[in-house]
This record gives sequence, structure tokens and C-alpha cells, in this order.
Amino acid sequence: MEKFTTLQSRTIPLSVENVDTDQIIPARFLKATDRKGFGDNVFRDWRYHKDGTVNTDFVLNDSKYSGSILVAGDNFGCGSSREHAAWAITDFGFKVVVSSFFADIFKGNALNNGLLPVQVSKEFLSDLLQQIESNPQTELTVNLIDQTISVNDSDLSEDFEIDAYKKTCLINGYDDIDYLLSKKAEIEAFEQQSV
Amino acid sequence: MSKKTLFDKVWDAHVVSTIENGPQILYIDKHLIHEVTSPQAFNELEDRGISVFRPDQIVATADHNTPTLNQDQPIRDTLSRQQLEQLSINCKKNNITLYELGHKYNGIVHVMAPELGVTQPGMTMVCGDSHTSTHGAFGTIAFGIGTSQVAQVFASQCLLLTKPKSLRVSVNGKLKNGVLPKDVILYIISKLGTNSGTGYFCEYAGNVFEEMSMEGRMTVCNMSIEMGARGGMIAPDETTFEYVKGRKFAPEGEHFEKKVAYWKTLPTDEGASFDMEYSFDAEDIEPMITYGTNPGMGIKISETIPVDENPSFKKSLAYMNFEAGESLINKPINFVFIGSCTNSRIEDFRVAAKYIKGKKKANNVTAWLVPGSKQVEAQIIEEGLKTVFEDAGFELRQPGCSACLAMNDDKIPQGEYCVSTSNRNFEGRQGQGSRTILASPLVAAATAVEGKIIDISKQLN
Ligand code: SF4
Repeated sequence: MEKFTTLQSRTIPLSVENVDTDQIIPARFLKATDRKGFGDNVFRDWRYHKDGTVNTDFVLNDSKYSGSILVAGDNFGCGSSREHAAWAITDFGFKVVVSSFFADIFKGNALNNGLLPVQVSKEFLSDLLQQIESNPQTELTVNLIDQTISVNDSDLSEDFEIDAYKKTCLINGYDDIDYLLSKKAEIEAFEQQSV
Repeated sequence: MSKKTLFDKVWDAHVVSTIENGPQILYIDKHLIHEVTSPQAFNELEDRGISVFRPDQIVATADHNTPTLNQDQPIRDTLSRQQLEQLSINCKKNNITLYELGHKYNGIVHVMAPELGVTQPGMTMVCGDSHTSTHGAFGTIAFGIGTSQVAQVFASQCLLLTKPKSLRVSVNGKLKNGVLPKDVILYIISKLGTNSGTGYFCEYAGNVFEEMSMEGRMTVCNMSIEMGARGGMIAPDETTFEYVKGRKFAPEGEHFEKKVAYWKTLPTDEGASFDMEYSFDAEDIEPMITYGTNPGMGIKISETIPVDENPSFKKSLAYMNFEAGESLINKPINFVFIGSCTNSRIEDFRVAAKYIKGKKKANNVTAWLVPGSKQVEAQIIEEGLKTVFEDAGFELRQPGCSACLAMNDDKIPQGEYCVSTSNRNFEGRQGQGSRTILASPLVAAATAVEGKIIDISKQLN
């Protein structure tokens, strides 16, 4: 997993609530057996019309906006457990998703793929979305060490929470498998005692 | 001794160790896998040069991507075929039992595992599928995981997790005529919303759940994830033990009795506390239907669509082409789907058949009945339900996830409404541009016969 400490970037605002994993990556694109390439189909049915033409109204197709931070409405990532959703978002180039609420499984999947979910207050999110829409050049700084998210050249800033263990993993680029494998003996002892 | 909930008891019995200021290592008894979320996990293991730690605690099936017609013939779609082939190769290589397409035990993972007695009270179970919550009906901690976690379980039979908070939803009283378990859970979600359960593990309590069959309990627990909860559980009781007894992988004889004695200790202690509690009166529940693009957007069939100025709400109604304040009664419907891990068990087909018997499907309706497993399919035939369906003009297909997620050819066309017994009404879930209305198998059967939505309670009373 790639290490993550801080990120400065412009953002893409997706002010829709309850974005579910079927929107992030529709089921018909889940047939691949590796992790690569899902970015081509991220938000597929919002990015393209049914006839395959580009939906110019959708924010990902709006050249005003760019960057590796996705700012989304409340309850992001609800629905299925497909990790393909996290793969699609990272494959497209995002490194951070900001929302006022994340669904559990999505949050875990994101963290396991070096994608940082930053949960902010509803007020902060709404100020942030307003700020980005009025100035698409807006840059954010996400600092994982200090656990802060701030709008550059402004005093809009907030702290965010993250599980201490997950934070360490992200900063060092470790993942859970490495850790679990180091505990094999303990796991085997547990099996013996619980039979 | 401190008072514990059902969830506490099962969780605590599976903690291998606790990381200071961090998550716990939780031991997983049973791991279910299917073709869509496992291949990348097998690759991960191969890349790291590690083998599957406990292959005999894994059960595999093919369900998400399988055709529901001509299962004996090679699959036409190349990518789907490759995904299934990959699963067979991976299972063979790693000594994992696979009930592949056509096998007499094949079916939707959350239908076939309980049926085989793989699911038992007091266990921890995971699967790379969010509706793994279904197995909580047995008093099991069961939840969906991502593919990275599938790889973790392959490698260590454990997961690193932070213990969720506890939530109890009680429903007491007497359910009205025509109100099925599906209506109970749709009602709960419509009241609590789609993220009320996030961060929680839910226990369902009260006489309504105690009186439900295992099939009904599975329908309820299945949809726990639709209110954001990682899982839902119901305390094991005589109904549970009766169901498990004698199944293929169930413990036998003295061993079974010993297990039952343990299972009886699992229910929540009197006076144990929950982080959050809700309770509802059974009498308030009526047959339900959804009108929007998340499962929380549900109403009683007799009600009208609420009025709400929230832009996401409006976007959702626009997608469905419904108006705020409108009633859905008499809306013409051209597609009906009875299936999915929510409602594809034998009881669901019995309910549908009982209603359909002697009636005819409306001409405008395409109705797909898709059993959850080969065993359910066999039972449908054995009980003569297939004849009832065919006489009424319904098509009984072969088992699989089918139009629940429309990964195979079973897709609802653009712009069409489908009254569906599945669990998700997201935009495009049943095919690009399709519009899903979630309901019970009874409401779905009635819609198919009438060709439009009707107020089923009026017809029953
Ligand atoms: S039936 Fe639907 S919800 Fe259930 S496992 Fe299959 S795709 Fe998932």
C-alpha cells in the first residue's frame, strides 16, 4: 500500500447524498478478476448517457474542476461491499474522499486501499461545497499526521477523526495482512483452546 | 457478572487478542465466497506467496453472475464464464469446497449456506457480500467484508476489527393480515433511515421475531445493511434448533445436544444495556412499498409519497418519475421479480403460489420467479408450486442472484418499473435506467396478477 501523510490538491465537488456503490461502479463492470482499470467506469451512468455520449452536466466531466480530492454529500458509499468501488475511485486518481458520513464497509475498503476517507461536520461540508462551487480553483490541504483538513488561503479548517491503528498503517504503508500474519502463533493457540 | 447482549457473547468468544488503542483480532468460523469478490483476494495471496490458512472453513458457490436459463450449457458471456472458471480453478488449487453452477447444492450464498447447515448459532461468519447479515437470523455474527478482508481471512482466518456499538430494535404485538417479514423490515428502515445503523450491530427482539420462521428471520436480518448496520441478529431458540437439526453440516447426536445447550446460553441477558434502542408496534405496520432510490424511501401502500424539498430527495423522485404527494395504487407495472437472497426461499414461493393459484398473470407483465437455490427449486417442483406458477403464466427460472443486481442477462429495461422482492432500489440496480419498487412476495404476486399496484390489505380483508 502507498504511504499517505499530507496532500495538497484541488477538488471535485459531488454534492449528492447517499451515493451508493452501484453508482460508483455499476454491477455490470464487476466481471474483471484483477483490481486494475475500474477507474474507466467510475460513476459510469452519471458520466455517460445511455447512448455512450458524455454527460457534460456531470461534475467529473466539467473542466472547471480537477484534483485528487472528491468532496461528496452525506452518507457516501452505502450499499454493497464491493471493494471495486474503492478501486474505481483510486484508479481514477482520487486519494481522499471528503463527506459528512461514510458507510462502514466503504470506509474500511477505502482505508485498505490507501484511500483516505475524511469525515467532516455537516456545516463544514456545506461551507466547503459552497466555497468550491464559487471558486473551482480552491485548494485543500489534508494532513493525516495532524488530522486536519483546511482550505488553503482561508480560515476554513476542521479536525477529523481516524482510528489510531489505521492511521499508523496509512502513514507507514502497512496493511492488515502483514499484521495478521505476524500473529499466526497466537491465532493457532486460540484455535486449540476453543475447540 | 456483567450483563451481556447476544452480540457481546458471540463477539467476546471470538476475540484472539486486542491491540492497545486499536482494533481486535476476531476469529472467523466460516467464510463464504463467490465468484465476484474473491478473485482479487486469491491473486493477493499468490502475489505474496502465502497459502489459504483454513480451507475447510470456506464454502464457495457461484451465484452473482450465473445465467438463470440453460444452466447446463456453457455460459455465453465471455467475462462471466471466465469469472466462474477462475473460481473453479482457485477453489481446486486451494482445496476449497465449491458448489458450482448446476450442483444440487448450488445457489445464492445466503440461501444455500443456511440450507446446508453451514450457518449455526454462535458463529462468526463473513463473506465478500454485504447481505451476509442474513445469517444473523441464527444468532450468528455475520457481516459483509471487502475483498482486502477476504484476503485477510484467507491468510489468517481472522480480521482486525473495532467492536461496533449495539442497537436493539423491538417489535411487539400482532401483525395484521398480509403483513410479511419483508414489510416489517421495510417499515423499520422507512422509520429509521438508511444510515441510522451505521457503526452498530443490531439485535431484533420482541414477539414478532420470536414467532417468525427462520425464513422470515433471514429476510429481516438480510436487510439490516440497508439501514447501515453491519449486521443484525435474532436470539436462537427452538425454531432455530429445529431448523438446523439434521442438515448436511449440522452437528449430530450427542454433539448436537451439547451445542444446543451452549446455544441456549446465548440470548441477551435480562437487563443488558444497548447503545441505542427503538421499538415499534406490530399493529402499525402495513404492506409496504418503496417509491425512491434507497430502501429507506418506503411507505405503506395505502399512503402517499411524502413531500420533501431536499435536492437529493427530488433527484430520486425525478429518477423514478413519481410526484411528491402521489399514491402508487393503480400504477401500471410491467415487470415483477420474485427472488434474491431476501425473498427466494421456499416460504416466499409458497406465499406467492397461494395467492396466484387459480388466477392469471396480467398480459402486460413479465414475471420472473428465481429460486434462491437448487434445493428451493427442487422443493418448488416437489410441492407442485411450479404447476401453479406455470398455469398462471409465470416463468420459473433457475437459481441465482439474477435481476437483483442484473449482472447476468436478467435486466429490467430502461425506464420500466419493476416490483421486486430484492433489497435495493438504487438507480440502475436492476439494469441501466430501470426503476425498482421493493415489496414483499405477496405484493409482488398481486402486482403480477393485476398488472398494476393494488392495495393488498383491502383485497385481503
Ligand atoms: S441476491 Fe442480490 S443482494 Fe443477494 S447476494 Fe445476490 S446480488 Fe447480493
